[in-house]
Amino acid sequence: MSPAAITTRPDGSFALAGEWTIHCIKAVTGGVAALPKGREALAIDASAIEAIDTAGALLLVQLSRHCARQGVALSLSGLAPHQQALVDLVAQVPEPEPEPPQPAQGLLERLGRRTMGHVEQGIELLAFLGEAVVALLRTWLRPRRIRWRILWGVVQAAGVNAIPIVALLSFLIGIVIAYQGGVQLKSYGANIFVVDLVALTMLRELGPMMTAIIVAGRTGSAYTAEIGTMMVTEEVDAMRTMGISPMELLVLPKMFGLVIALPLLTMLADIAGILGGMVMAFLLLGVDFNDFIARMPVNVTATSFLVGIGKAPFFAAIVALVGCFQGFRVSGGAESVGQQTTISVVQAIFLVIVANAGFSILFSTVGI
Amino acid sequence: MAGAVIEVRDLKSCFDGGYCVHDTVSFQVAPREVVAVVGGSGTGKTVLLREVIMLREPQGGSIRLFGEELVGIGERAADRLRNRFGVMFQQGALFGSLTVAQNVATPLKEHTDLPADLIEEIARTKIALVGLPPDAGNKFPRQLSGGMLKRAAVARALALDPDLLFLDEPTAGLDPLSAEGLDRLILQLRDSLGLTVMMISHDLDSLWRVADRVVFLGEKRVLAEGPIPQLTESSHPLVRDYFSRLRGREAKESA
Repeated sequence: MSPAAITTRPDGSFALAGEWTIHCIKAVTGGVAALPKGREALAIDASAIEAIDTAGALLLVQLSRHCARQGVALSLSGLAPHQQALVDLVAQVPEPEPEPPQPAQGLLERLGRRTMGHVEQGIELLAFLGEAVVALLRTWLRPRRIRWRILWGVVQAAGVNAIPIVALLSFLIGIVIAYQGGVQLKSYGANIFVVDLVALTMLRELGPMMTAIIVAGRTGSAYTAEIGTMMVTEEVDAMRTMGISPMELLVLPKMFGLVIALPLLTMLADIAGILGGMVMAFLLLGVDFNDFIARMPVNVTATSFLVGIGKAPFFAAIVALVGCFQGFRVSGGAESVGQQTTISVVQAIFLVIVANAGFSILFSTVGI
Repeated sequence: MAGAVIEVRDLKSCFDGGYCVHDTVSFQVAPREVVAVVGGSGTGKTVLLREVIMLREPQGGSIRLFGEELVGIGERAADRLRNRFGVMFQQGALFGSLTVAQNVATPLKEHTDLPADLIEEIARTKIALVGLPPDAGNKFPRQLSGGMLKRAAVARALALDPDLLFLDEPTAGLDPLSAEGLDRLILQLRDSLGLTVMMISHDLDSLWRVADRVVFLGEKRVLAEGPIPQLTESSHPLVRDYFSRLRGREAKESA
């Protein structure tokens, strides 16, 4: 490969040489634009050009446009007929029209647009919830239409398969609570209160919430990706044309399945968390397992457990609903699937935490 | 043929299960020739294409591109070869997150160190050369119709001014008018840019229009090879049958 070159001849004309191809024109890109500067006429001999492609031809076309704009008379000679044909072909491509300047968006406008975007999405989510409820009522009227096999598949995938990770993480959280709280309690000699600390936090707050967050990351994202990919491949449209409601086939079983699976997982998280707390209480504070279990009923009642477990179905509905909703919002291709999956997880976790806060306020007003 | 652009000899392609789709496939493509590979479903047209563009390794035989052997080729040599051919995939395979102009500019940015404004200009030229309207450059692939999508895919395949262009079913899924337009484009590009084209096609109208020569795959080898008028006279019943359908239709049209 011999790079493209421009040489000056003694008589003031120029000679082009080398390969004017895309990998070889780097050296002359600046030189071409400078050629017509300060001249009235420009004579160029291109007979030494060994090869030319559209990129090289484009440079020559740009040169002749520069000349025309600056009133320079250009005579370009020496191109072989097939090279000339290529240059002519490229010259047919019209020059770009200057783009109309985009009006810059002010801070206020951007803020307003983003806010409206969120509001609209919130309304759409509510509409989606409404559709789901309508579909739910329809299937209640005709229980034979409940898709049991899909439902149990969901319980298996979202519940049973999540047992190890939920158990392990809850166990570790139990350990952390007991350790952090235990250090403080020990200095007051109130070692036994570690039981209340661990059991109440796990049962009422952390058990349900951590499980919901794990499931949002594990299962909610999967729902979005699954439905989103089905949107891209037009499978959802195919379903609609066959008279199968995507709501009934895709959304309801997922929602039902999660509503069944999440409370069970939460129960498991409660047990694993308290076990973690027990281990730490024994190691750090010398509270042995018998004392721990004997102390539990004093302050921890069935209400504490029920309050926590009662939140789980709501969290499950949020995770499933958001996951499916964001899946249906996929449009276009692979990138959109990734985007909506991210949004789905963030939104589900956000809503779970907000709902949890709401429950706290509710429970404290009614005094449980 | 000394200067063959593609030279496939005794190619053997087998799958994991031991089934071989090619046993002794041999053919050549000369410079500036438009060669179409045809054959029934399951005769390994796509497998053949994937092997020639180095997406799959054959289980035996030899493939030469521009005289360079692909079997056992090193990564650097392979990259050098990849710069010399462009591929248009069946579904376009344009990057959905980029506009058409950005799609065309991607190989330019990756493989040349030209200034950004020149790259933009080259991309614009390519988009115009394939017959897309100027505003198509700013659109995303999902906003294009099927015919425009294929043209955009050709524009990207041509970004680096390759000597060789591979087309996987260029006219599949297009209406007859768009298909004809695309065929005209292929011939025009061959004439003006001196391209060599290897394409897979099922579209008989399109084959008559663009293919200089047809390579007919079947029974794990090349059943017949040659210009279409010659193949319609082929002694092999499969080949004759394939092309006679068209003759029947043409006869009806002229009647």
